[in-house]
Amino acid sequence: MSAKMTLGQTAEIPGPKKAFLIPKPDVAAAMIKRAKRALLVVGSEASNIGTKDGDLVGYATRLSKIRNVTVAATGHLIGEFRKRKAEGIHTTPLMNLGDRLRDPEWGGLDGAGPYDLVLFAGFPYYLEWLVLSGLKNFAPKLRTISLDRVYQPNANWSFGSMAEEEWKEVLDKMITILEEGD
Amino acid sequence: MSKRDLRLKINELSSALGTFKGLEIQVGRIFEEDWEEPLGPTPFPSVGTLRSWDLKLLNRYKPFYMPFCDLCCLCTFGKCDLTGDKRGACGITMAGQQSRIVLLAACIGASTHAAHARHMLNHLIEEYGRDAPLEVALNTNVEAPHIRLVCGFRPKTLRDLEDALDYVETQLVQLVAATHTGQEGDNLDFESKVFHAGMLDHVAMEVADIEQIATLGLPKGEPDTPLADLGFGSIDTSKPVIMCIGHNVLPSVDIIDYLMDHDLFGEVEVGGLCCTAHDMSRYDKRAKVIGPISWQLRFIRSGIPDLIVVDEQCLRTDVMIEAKKIGVPVIATSEKSCLGLPDRTGDDPDKIVEDLVEGRVPGVLILDPRKVGEVSVKTVMAVAPRRAGFKTLTREAVSEMAKKCRSCMECVRACPNNLPIMEAVQAAAQGDFEPLAALYDLCVGCARCESACPVDFPIITFINKAAEKEILNEKYLMRVGRGAIQDVEIREVGRAIVFGEIPGVVALVGCANYPAGGADVARIAEEFLKRRFIVLVSGCSAMNIAMTRDEDGLNLYEKYPGIFDAGGLVNVGSCVSNAHITGATIKIANIFAKRPLRANYEEIADYVYNRVGAVGVAWGAMSQKAASIAAGCWRLGIPVVVGPHGAKYRRMLLGRKEREEDWMVYDARSGEKVYVGPAPEHLFYAAETVEEALVMIAKLAMRPNDTSKGRAVKLSHYIDLYQKYYGGMPDDLHLYVRREADVPFTMRDQIMKALEEAGWVEGKIASPDPTLVDRLVRRRL
Ligand code: SF4
Ligand code: SF4
Ligand code: SF4
Repeated sequence: MSAKMTLGQTAEIPGPKKAFLIPKPDVAAAMIKRAKRALLVVGSEASNIGTKDGDLVGYATRLSKIRNVTVAATGHLIGEFRKRKAEGIHTTPLMNLGDRLRDPEWGGLDGAGPYDLVLFAGFPYYLEWLVLSGLKNFAPKLRTISLDRVYQPNANWSFGSMAEEEWKEVLDKMITILEEGD
Repeated sequence: MSKRDLRLKINELSSALGTFKGLEIQVGRIFEEDWEEPLGPTPFPSVGTLRSWDLKLLNRYKPFYMPFCDLCCLCTFGKCDLTGDKRGACGITMAGQQSRIVLLAACIGASTHAAHARHMLNHLIEEYGRDAPLEVALNTNVEAPHIRLVCGFRPKTLRDLEDALDYVETQLVQLVAATHTGQEGDNLDFESKVFHAGMLDHVAMEVADIEQIATLGLPKGEPDTPLADLGFGSIDTSKPVIMCIGHNVLPSVDIIDYLMDHDLFGEVEVGGLCCTAHDMSRYDKRAKVIGPISWQLRFIRSGIPDLIVVDEQCLRTDVMIEAKKIGVPVIATSEKSCLGLPDRTGDDPDKIVEDLVEGRVPGVLILDPRKVGEVSVKTVMAVAPRRAGFKTLTREAVSEMAKKCRSCMECVRACPNNLPIMEAVQAAAQGDFEPLAALYDLCVGCARCESACPVDFPIITFINKAAEKEILNEKYLMRVGRGAIQDVEIREVGRAIVFGEIPGVVALVGCANYPAGGADVARIAEEFLKRRFIVLVSGCSAMNIAMTRDEDGLNLYEKYPGIFDAGGLVNVGSCVSNAHITGATIKIANIFAKRPLRANYEEIADYVYNRVGAVGVAWGAMSQKAASIAAGCWRLGIPVVVGPHGAKYRRMLLGRKEREEDWMVYDARSGEKVYVGPAPEHLFYAAETVEEALVMIAKLAMRPNDTSKGRAVKLSHYIDLYQKYYGGMPDDLHLYVRREADVPFTMRDQIMKALEEAGWVEGKIASPDPTLVDRLVRRRL
């Protein structure tokens, strides 16, 4: 995949309801902090996307230590977490997860109750676009955030498209705030 | 023809003409009725006939919609914003609208096959007469499982196929009508209609394939069909080259016939793209298969063809512009795709040839296949020498052009696979062509990058140039499509499939919109061949499978036999040959299990769903036809896995494995409702990665009817693949192990430990004689 990619695919044209831009990392951190149960969903491209923790797998592992955050890997990405001996990471096919997230009765991956905030990162652009569209339309109570480097119009909140280095900084800032507050 | 039509059955009639036995008269048409099997409950089912069966499945596998567009613009009330709980001016919801679009896609797909079948049938009747017999497969009595199952009659001649198509066409009109503003409003009812379109599609495909098999002499189910050449490298470019693109083989057949009749086969190369290529190679293995649909632009841009003949479906609609770039004429041959060309069907062939050769017209429309044959051959022989000096861009020229790249990234944004095009173009500007060449295997040939590029770079031509060496060496062997599975083969393996001892039947079908190249299809095929599944292939997938070689230089066709048995790799043929794949599952129910077939859809589907571990995989599914083919699988209870681009079909049919109440069936032996576990878990599912697909395919092969031995075999493949790609044990084993005997011996300790941790209780999951249909309970205790 292109290391230099900054914008989303041509298909990013939003519908009438589109994501608010997250103006700065503090806002994303505050939203996560306020959540009762937040879920970070990391997609199959995570191991190819560099962050200050090496890659998105490393970043997700770090985020999984935050008190109210659960991390789920989709595709076969869990294999990568397991290779790195990361503990407490869940695995689920993306379709299974999207389907369940629209059900307010669903008890979550660990059975401990529903999530009120779901964060996405590390997917092929169009795939995340579609699943977020499903949630936008059929999970009205759920709040969704895209942490990707490209704008995802179907989330409730999304980062704007950013240069790679800037995005790495933003992600790092966000997690640092959470770690400090934990 | 609806079942309400007049139907009069007379056991014996003596008249002045003689004595008739078993005579049936139906709306003026006389069926000779000598089929001893009684007519089942649902001959010629109408839109709502099988609704209760559909809803049984749809209540288990609830649609998960992922709208691709939040608006509807289908009538002048709109545009309507349907986001969330909003409704359109007609009252429709977002769920309703999404299912309506799915129905439209399925209707387009089924209509395309039906129209293809009708076009061929009209022509074949003209050539061979209505009474031409239907000999479809060797050692086979059930010549047309779909027509028998759905329509309730046995077709014997081309004339009978007209009845099947009349029915399909009538029903499709009903379905399209349901999508009008202010008709159907309920999403599950739309979905039931989607299933109906899918069922019709398989009837239409069956008609299309058996009519061509019977009349054109295509292979009749022989497992050892010959190997045909595939790839750019198989074309002898020193000869004039005709490139045939599409799905309808009739024009290509007449090109081949003309060459044979005039002893010119050695002098002209005929190569095909997409399903036309499959069917050409089934007709005469000397015809070359250039490659899958995604290679259209690639091959045109190579400059190799001297003439392009297009028939129908999945064509580049800009083929005229592309042909002009390389200076070759185009012959269009179908009313469905006239391309703005003058209709010259009635003209003198030599006059047409002259106009094409002299460039007076860029192309012509000729609707008579025989004339296409003559005009094509004469034209290509005259055009080729004039094109002898044709040259594509040189590397130096590409490098020079690439220097004008504006670093705007528009190409990358437009690329469906997000390929690093800009970097590759910029490397070429520096004389490094490796990054461009690396795109070759990953590119789906859509040209969206070119269309987005502000300096109009012909990026596909750039990639071609960079990968030139690889392209010209591209020469592979593909086992020619064999058509149907013989009854005798079904008899031999039916038991092993139904009891689960053959761990599953995996069908790799469909188009070439792959997320990361066609090699993934070969990888999926090989994984399951090694595991002794039966692997069936068709269409572009069958071609891509040929293109991966092992270290000894062999591809899967050279390593695995074409038998319908464990470890067999069966190429059925083109898109329309997909009917034989679902047909084989129907035949298992009928021939092996002796379930009545005639107009007995629900019972057969219930059988296939609960017992036949078949899984469809359309890794690069792109078209509306792929949607309707999948829909025909769903109604038969066959799960379908697509690649990530398949999520753009905008709805999945997903089970919730944790909900016990969803997985209850009747035990046909007692009438009791029992829990059987979530097998198969999903009906339509998009996998994000090929590894995820491998694990899911193995899991979806499980069925409630598996014997312990069979379930143990299936579980061992599921667990093994899971461990290989995910590491660790699957977390849902307790939902699939019914009793200790189901546990694969080699992993016993590990599995028992995992089961214990999950609180597994032996016997909680039943092993009944499973059915979803109350009326199929044989005895009530
Ligand atoms: S069909 Fe219905 S939703 Fe679509 S534009 Fe018309 S009124 Fe609006
Ligand atoms: S033609 Fe190939 S490189 Fe260009 S956009 Fe399509 S897939 Fe991407
Ligand atoms: S779209 Fe054209 S100009 Fe822009 S980066 Fe791509 S190749 Fe260069």
